[in-house]
Amino acid sequence: MRSLIRTHATEFSLLVVIVVISTVLSFATANFFSLGNAFDLLNISAVNIIFAVGLLVVLIAGGIDISFAVAASVVQYCAAILLGWIGGGGWISGLLIAGSLGVLLGCVNAFLIHRFRIISIVATISTFNIYFGLLMFFTRGVSIYDLPDWLTDRVILFEHEMPDGTWIEITLPVLVMAVCVVATWLLITRTTIGRQLYAFGDNPEGARRFGINIGAMQFIAFGWLGLMAGIGGLIQAHYAQEVVPNALYGRELDVLAAVVLGGARLGGGKGSVLGCVLGVLMISITQNGLNLMGVSPFAFKMIVGAIILIAITLSNTRIERLLALVGEKGAGR
Amino acid sequence: MHQATSATVGEKPLLSLRDINMTFGGVKALKNVSFEVRPGEVHCLAGENGCGKSTLIKVITGVYRPADGAVIEYDGETYSHMSPVTAQDRGIQVIWQDLALFPEMSVAENIAFHEVLGRRPRLVDYNRMRRIAIDALARLGVTLDVDLPLKEYAIAQRQIVAIARALIGEAKLVFMDEPTASLTQSETDHLLDIVRNLSDSGVAVVFVSHRLAEVLEISSRITVLRDGALVGVYPAAGMTQSRITELMTGKTFDQHVRARPKDDQPVVLEVRGLTRPGQFEDISLTVHRGETVGITGLLGAGRTELALALFGMLKPASGSISIEGKKVRFASNRDAIKAGVAYLSEDRLSLGLIQPQTIADNLVIASLRKILSGGLLSEDRKRSLVSRWIADLGVRIGRQADAISTLSGGNQQRVAIAKWLATDPKLLILDCPTVGVDVGARAGIFDIVAKLAESGLAIILISDEVPEVYFNADRVLHMTQGRIVGTYDPRLARLEDIEAAVYA
Repeated sequence: MRSLIRTHATEFSLLVVIVVISTVLSFATANFFSLGNAFDLLNISAVNIIFAVGLLVVLIAGGIDISFAVAASVVQYCAAILLGWIGGGGWISGLLIAGSLGVLLGCVNAFLIHRFRIISIVATISTFNIYFGLLMFFTRGVSIYDLPDWLTDRVILFEHEMPDGTWIEITLPVLVMAVCVVATWLLITRTTIGRQLYAFGDNPEGARRFGINIGAMQFIAFGWLGLMAGIGGLIQAHYAQEVVPNALYGRELDVLAAVVLGGARLGGGKGSVLGCVLGVLMISITQNGLNLMGVSPFAFKMIVGAIILIAITLSNTRIERLLALVGEKGAGR
Repeated sequence: MHQATSATVGEKPLLSLRDINMTFGGVKALKNVSFEVRPGEVHCLAGENGCGKSTLIKVITGVYRPADGAVIEYDGETYSHMSPVTAQDRGIQVIWQDLALFPEMSVAENIAFHEVLGRRPRLVDYNRMRRIAIDALARLGVTLDVDLPLKEYAIAQRQIVAIARALIGEAKLVFMDEPTASLTQSETDHLLDIVRNLSDSGVAVVFVSHRLAEVLEISSRITVLRDGALVGVYPAAGMTQSRITELMTGKTFDQHVRARPKDDQPVVLEVRGLTRPGQFEDISLTVHRGETVGITGLLGAGRTELALALFGMLKPASGSISIEGKKVRFASNRDAIKAGVAYLSEDRLSLGLIQPQTIADNLVIASLRKILSGGLLSEDRKRSLVSRWIADLGVRIGRQADAISTLSGGNQQRVAIAKWLATDPKLLILDCPTVGVDVGARAGIFDIVAKLAESGLAIILISDEVPEVYFNADRVLHMTQGRIVGTYDPRLARLEDIEAAVYA
C-alpha cells in the first residue's frame, strides 16, 4: 500500500483535493452532491478528456503540442464538408473521416519535428497559427449549422430516473471518451510501443542506443494525439450541435494544464491516464461548483488558475512527502 | 591476491582488433590501433580523455565504422566492421558512463528492457519482466524492489541495474565505462566482487577508466592508448598507478609535498564556530594570504555545505565569518562575490559551466561588469579579457567562440577557474576540482593552484582524495559528520596516517 501511494502520489493527492472540493461544494450548494450532477460532469468533460489522453501520449514521449485544439476545429470543418459530399454519412464514417484527418494533421507536426529537428513547442505553435489562419481564411469565420441529423441528435445510451427526480444519463460522448481512455491506457501501459514511448521521453539518447526507432516514436505520439483530436472534434461538434471555427481556440491550454496537473511531466517519461482524467475532472468540478454557487463566470478563470497552482504545488512536494510520512507511520516504523 | 589471470597466454583471444584507423573531419582519432581481450579476462583500457578509448569501444560495438583494412576477429568470426545489432546479438555489451537508464521507469523494466524492444508491437508481459529482473539481480547477489521507479535508487544501485541489464542474454564481453567514478569505497568493493564473479563464470570484462587504483588488483592486463595510438599492453601484476600515469601521458610526475608555512601572512578568512545544524557544527578555521588549506573527508561529511555557507548560498545558524578582519554576513552569493569569495562548484558539468555556450561567454559570466563599455557589453574587451586568461592558465582551445562542451575535462576546469579568477577574488574555494579530469591534466590544475597561491590568493581545496590535499595544500583539515576532527601538516604527517583516519 505504501509503495502504491509512493508511486502514485500525484493521483492520490488529486483524489484528496477532489474529495475536499466536492465536500465543500456539497455543503455550499444544494445540487452538487447528486448522481445526476456527477453524470453531467462526465458529459461535460468528455471532449476534454479525449483531448487530454491524446496530449498525454505526446507529453510522455517528451514533446508538447499547442496545435491540437485548432487541428480539431479544422477536422470538424473538413469532416462536415466531406460528409456533405458523401451524402450525410453516419457515426462510423464520421469517426473514420475525423480520425484520419486528425492523424494526418498530427503527422504534419511529427514530420516537422523529426525531419527538420524543430523543437516541438516551436513546430506546433507554427502549425497552430497555420491551421487556424487557414481555417479562418477559408471559412471567413462562418459557422456551419446545417449538420447531418445523426450528428446533432443526442444519443442517450442509458438513462434512469433517480428517486430524487434527477436523471442519470450516459450519452455517446461518454462512451467514446471511455473507449479513448481505455485504448490510450492499453497503448501506453500494455504494449511494447507504449513502453518505448516512455523510454524515449525519459532518456532519448538511451532509447536511441537501444535502437528504438525515434522517427516512429514521434509519428506514433503525434499521430495518436491527432486521432484523439479528430475524434474529440467530431464529438464536440455533436455536443455543441454546430461547427464554429474558433470554438476550440484556447482549449489547448486548458487541456495542457489539466494533463500537467495530472502528473505528466513537460520533458517526458512520466504521466498516467488516471492522473490525466483526474486532472480534467478536478477542473470541471471546480467550474461546475462555482456555477452552482452562482459565482460570476468572469471569475472562473481566475479561480481555476489559482486552484491549478495550489494543486500542482501540493502534488509536487508537500503531499508526496506528507503521504510518505503517514505511510511510514502506518507501516509501524 | 585474487588469481586474475584465469586465461592463459596461449589461449585464443575472444576479441582481436588489428589496423583500426578512424578519422573525424581530418583528425585521426585512432591510428593503427590493435587490441585484444581473452575469454573471461578482466582487462583495463586506460588513457586520458580524448585518447581514443571511447572511439575504440564504439568501433567494437558497431557505432562507428573504421577505415578500410580494419580486421575485427570476434569469437571465431572475422569482420571488417561491426553493426550494433551484430555486436549485441553476439554478446558484446557496454555499460556507458551515463548508464543510459530510464529513471522514471521501474527497475524491472530497466533491466528487462529488451523485452519491450523490437519492431513488431506486442503486449508487454510484466510478470516475465519482473522474473527476468529478479533473476538477473539475484545473479549479482543484490535485492532491489523491482517495482519501484529507478529514480528512487542512488547512483550505486543504478550502476548495478545497468550491469544486470548488460548480463541478460549471453554476454561474453562487457565494457564498463568509468564504472567507479561516482561510487564510494564500499560500493566500489562490491562492484569489484561482482566483476570477479563474472570473470569466473567466463565473461570478459573491460574496464575503461582513468582512475585505476581500484581496478588494478583484479585485472590481468592493461592496454594503454595515447593520442589515438597504442602505447602498449602490460601485465597488471606489478603495475603502479604512477607508472600507468606516465604511460598515459608520456610524462613523468614526481609528487612532492608543496606545503610551506604561511602563518606570517595576513589573515584573509577567519571562521569562528560556524554552525548549521545537521550539516556542519562549530567550524573554526583560518586561511592566510597565499595559503592553501585542504579539506578532506568522505562524501556527505559537510564539506560542500560548509563551502556553500562561505559562498553565501547557505545561511549558517550561528558563528561568524570575517574577511580581512571585517565581519561579513552574506545575504546571497552576490554579496560573497563582491566581498572577494569565489567558489568553483563540485559539479562542473551541470552547475559550473553552461555547456552549450561559448568558451568566451562562460569565462566572463561572473565578471560582466568588467567588460562594460559605456554601459553595454564590449566584444573587444571580452576578447582581450578571455585571451589573457586563456594564456595565463594555458587552456588549449580552438576558437573563443567554440562551445565549452568541445573542450576536454581538464581544459573545461581551467576555464571554470579562469571564470572565477576574472572576478579578482581574495579567497578561492575549489570543490573537488579534479573530478572528471585526466591524471595528466590534474597535475596541470594543481600547478595553476600553486601559482595562484604564490600570487597571494587564499585557497580552500576540497577533495575526497586524500593525496590531492596532502601534496597540494599547506594544511589539511579532516571533516567527519560536519565537524573538523583533525588538522595535519603535510610536512610532518604521513599520507598513510591521514588516509587511515579518513577512510576508517
